[in-house]
Parts: sequence; structure tokens; C-alpha cells
Amino acid sequence: MSRAEAVRRTSPLWTLGLFRSELLTTFRRWRTVALLGVLAAVPVLVGIAVRIETGDGSPAGGGGGGGGGPAFISQITNNGLFLVFTALAATLPFFLPMAIGVVAGDALAGEANAGTLRYLLVAPAGRTRLLLAKYATVMAFCLVATLVVAVSALLVGALLFPLGDLTTISGTRIGFGEGLARALLIALVVAASLIGVAALGLFVSTLTNSGIAAMATTVGLLITVQILDQIPQLHALHPYLFSHYWLSFADLMREPVHWDDLTKNLGLQALYAAVFGSAAWARFTSKDITA
Amino acid sequence: MAEVSAGEPDGEHAGEGVITTRALTKRYRGGQLAVDGLRLTVPAGSVFGFLGPNGSGKTTTIRMLMGLIEPTSGTAHVLGRPMPRSARAVLPHVGALIEGPALYGFLSGRDNLLRYDAADPTADPRTRRARVADALDRVGLAAAAGKKAKAYSLGMKQRLGLAAALLQPRRLLVLDEPTNGLDPQGMREIRTLIRELASDGTTVFLSSHLLDEIEQVCTHAAVMARGRLITQGPVADLAAGARGRLVVTTPDPADAARVLKEQGVADVVVAEDRVTGEAPERDLAEVNAALVTAGVRVRGFGLERVSLEDAFVALTGEGFDVAG
Repeated sequence: MSRAEAVRRTSPLWTLGLFRSELLTTFRRWRTVALLGVLAAVPVLVGIAVRIETGDGSPAGGGGGGGGGPAFISQITNNGLFLVFTALAATLPFFLPMAIGVVAGDALAGEANAGTLRYLLVAPAGRTRLLLAKYATVMAFCLVATLVVAVSALLVGALLFPLGDLTTISGTRIGFGEGLARALLIALVVAASLIGVAALGLFVSTLTNSGIAAMATTVGLLITVQILDQIPQLHALHPYLFSHYWLSFADLMREPVHWDDLTKNLGLQALYAAVFGSAAWARFTSKDITA
Repeated sequence: MAEVSAGEPDGEHAGEGVITTRALTKRYRGGQLAVDGLRLTVPAGSVFGFLGPNGSGKTTTIRMLMGLIEPTSGTAHVLGRPMPRSARAVLPHVGALIEGPALYGFLSGRDNLLRYDAADPTADPRTRRARVADALDRVGLAAAAGKKAKAYSLGMKQRLGLAAALLQPRRLLVLDEPTNGLDPQGMREIRTLIRELASDGTTVFLSSHLLDEIEQVCTHAAVMARGRLITQGPVADLAAGARGRLVVTTPDPADAARVLKEQGVADVVVAEDRVTGEAPERDLAEVNAALVTAGVRVRGFGLERVSLEDAFVALTGEGFDVAG
């Protein structure tokens, strides 16, 4: 009894369908929404704090470029657009990568934990394709998370502070339109800075069947790397730490733009993506799924 | 359905079985031998019961058949193609319920099925909603389709898991304990559904703890214990392996026991007014006549059919205890 429909065709756009399903599933998780909510709240807090602090007209951050708070904070009162840069500088070292670590760490381990991974694989999603869809989704989350911070900061900045032309770090003046374009570019660079953590988190996620363990390990690694980056004796190691060039996005506010550290950052993120992406693939495609 | 038509059948092993394993072995990293040299043949069109105590290697076998676990040695063919190598070609034709349902609690029942269907590369997105609605209807969940899965009872989750296996027309259904957590009414419905699917020509591979379930639904069965296959074959043959017992109900048990022994009945046991013994080869009508002739008053006389459970205990020698 052979059947006419025995050979079922695969739609070439099918991987997109899986990606779409991944995106929907990720963004409908209550946890994802909560993480985005926390990220959106950071610029609100910074904006209100600066507003209260400078209510008497004095500049925030004690003036000058000294070590007072995140980059650009002293400029916010002059131009609300600077709240975007400040908020990104404030969230990039920890809040943003932590959110990515949670989503990436949970990506496969969480599905294994819930048992849904076995049903996706017998559907059959295909291990490589599922991994690709997961990685694409985590990267999409990087972008959305960064944009949530940037847009929230822009709204708060526009509400609480004046907008207008702005002064770059190099001292030149640029129009508000160009400032906005640079802000978008910076948001994209910040999102790209998170690619390394995303790959690392996804690799950790292939190692365990516990979503919580994978999330904790990824966030733990993030903290460890940040600490290592602070120890001067380890400076030989620093250029290889994924967080080392993170704050280079500020160079986009120079005139002309300093590309050195920016390209090093993007190159390093690509390296992490390649190394840990391959490791995740090697592990996930050969793993016994016992959960 | 004897020959497999999906793509180019694998010449070497494209035998008669929908599932064929040769010397299939899985040793876990700790050194524990979970499945040991399994040689299983599941005939096309059968409802195949897969029996064994907890820890006997059933689930590991099912996971190897579904390409989730790599065998340590040996081969497994599903629909004529080697697993796990041909998973992408084989699995769209297979619906599976493995170790209970697994759902996204924060999604509705319907959205859970939409997600699983999106993971199947051969599923047509244009018919997705209709197929999901059909599957929900088929397992009696249409009314609860919009509810979040975390609010489902165990039985409803089990039904949703079954619905996921029925999203497409399948050639093979692998159902691990499908009636687990269902009330008796639900069990009946699921058994009816399985019979319905089987009558459409779908081969059903059913693992269960419930021997009467296997007996009611299955045409064939295999028994595993401690990672090894003890026996396999048509259910009728398995049960026939152990002979039935003759049961006589009488107010004169002592006389009845004596007469039965004279008639060649072995292993006679007297329990109050019930006398039982191994049924003799000869015509039972003559045995009954002998009882009556001897003045034994007989209230009931008959052959107690051997249950699969008796056969099972006889085979594994251990019943349903966890293997050590």
C-alpha cells in the first residue's frame, strides 16, 4: 500500500517559518517581556535622576569628562539625545548582556528542561536548523533589547530635556538629524557587541538540560570576564575578552569617527560567534537527547 | 504497505518491517547497558504493543528509533530507512508521543500545535490552522483550544500530545503510554482512536504498562526485560504460550478434586468452592460428564483464559517490578 503523497516536499522558506515561530515563542514568554521592561526602565531612572540632580541648573556628573558616572551623562541637560548614549553606556556592561545571557542560556536548555526539545526534533526541525533559528532569535533579541533601551531613552530625553544640535566629543557641532542617525548607528553597534555573549550563551545552553543552570553559567561567565578585564596584570588577555572593546561605541561620536576599536570590537564578536557557534553546533548535533 | 515508498528505499534493510532493528545496543556513558542486542520487527499495519517493566530499556529504544539517541552499535531502520541518519526523510511520516506530553505552558493548546507544526519542514503553512483544528477536534480538545496549556489537566495535556502526533497523516505512530493520566472514559476514547487509525492502515507502536490495554488494542507485542528482548509475535500466540486453567465451582470441592485428578488434570488446587487445575488435552465435555457421573454437584465449569499478564509474568519471571 504505497501512498501517492509519500514524498512530502520541503518549502524552501521553511527555515523562515521556524524562525518566525521561535521569535513568537520567545517574545510571548513572560520572562522576555519582563527583561525588556527592566531595560526600558533604566533610561527612565537615569533621566529622572539627572533631572532631579540638575534641578538647580548645575551640570550633572560634576562637569568635565572625569569619572563621574556613565559616559555623556554631563551632556544630558543640554540635549536629551545624550540620554540615549548614556543609557546604552549604562546598560551595556551588565543589564543588556545579562538579558542576552538569560535568553541565550535558556534557548536550548529550557526546551530540554520542558521536554519540548524532543518534540521539536521529532517534528523534525533538524538540529542544525533549530540551532540556527535559535541563534537568529537570540540576535534578534539583542537588537530589540538595545532598541528598547534607545527608544525609551529618546522618549524620556525628549520629555525631560531640550533637544537640538549637539556637540561631538571632538568639539564639533552636528545637527539633530545627524545626531539621531548616529544614535541609531550606535544602537546597532551596541547590539552587535552582544553577538559574542549570545554565542557563548547558546553554547552553554547545549551543555545542560537545565535552563536555570545555563542562564546562571552564562551570567557568571559575563561577570568573570568583566572582572578579568579590570585586572591590569592580565592586560595580555584583555584584547581577547568579549567585553573589552564594548565602550568603543563612543568613538562614533567623534569627528572624524575613530574606527580602530570599533572594528576590533566587531572582529572580536565575529570571532566569538564563529568559535562558540561551531562548538554549539558540534555539541548539539552529536548530543543524545535524553530529556 | 509492505514496501516503503518514501524516496529511495534502502536496499539492504528495506525488509517487511515498518520498524526493524538489528543488534541494536545502547550503553550510556556511565557504562550502564540500557538496550542489549535488540532485534525487533514491527510488521506493517500492526498495532504493536511494547511491554516491559520500568527501566527495561523501552524508552531508550524509542528514543533511538526517533533519532534522539545515537545507538552504541547495531542498526535501526524506520520505514525502511536507517535512523538517525535519515531522520529528516522519515520523521515527517511518524507521529510520536514520547515519555508523556511536553508543552509550552504560556501558550494556548492551539498555539502549542501551531509551534510544533512549524517545526515540521514538510508541513504546509497554508493548511496549518485547519490541520491544527482537525487534530484538536480529533482528540476532543476543540473547546479548550484557547486555554493556556499550563491550565490543562494531565489528561488534557496527554490529549494535546496526541493531537501533535496527528497533525499530518502518518504512516507510523509511536505512542509511549498514551492513556497515562486519562480517566476510564478518556482511555476508551483514545483506544477507539488508535483502532480507528490502525484501520486506516497506520502502523501503531504502543508502549504501555497496562497489559489489558495491550490485549484489547494490539495485534502484536514484544516484551523487554533488562535491556533484552524476551519475545515478540502476535498477541494471540504470546497468550497461547501459557495454557488456560480449568475452573470448577462446586459445593463438593473434595470430590471434585479427586475426580479431576482421575481425569488427568494436573496441578489441582482447591480454594473453598473453587477447584482449578491445568486443562487436560482431552475434550472438556467428557471431564464434565465424569464429574456429574461421580455425583459432584457442579455450579460452574469453564476454562479461564490466560491473560497476557500471566504470560508476561511467565516470561519475565518478575512481573512489573523495577529491574535492579
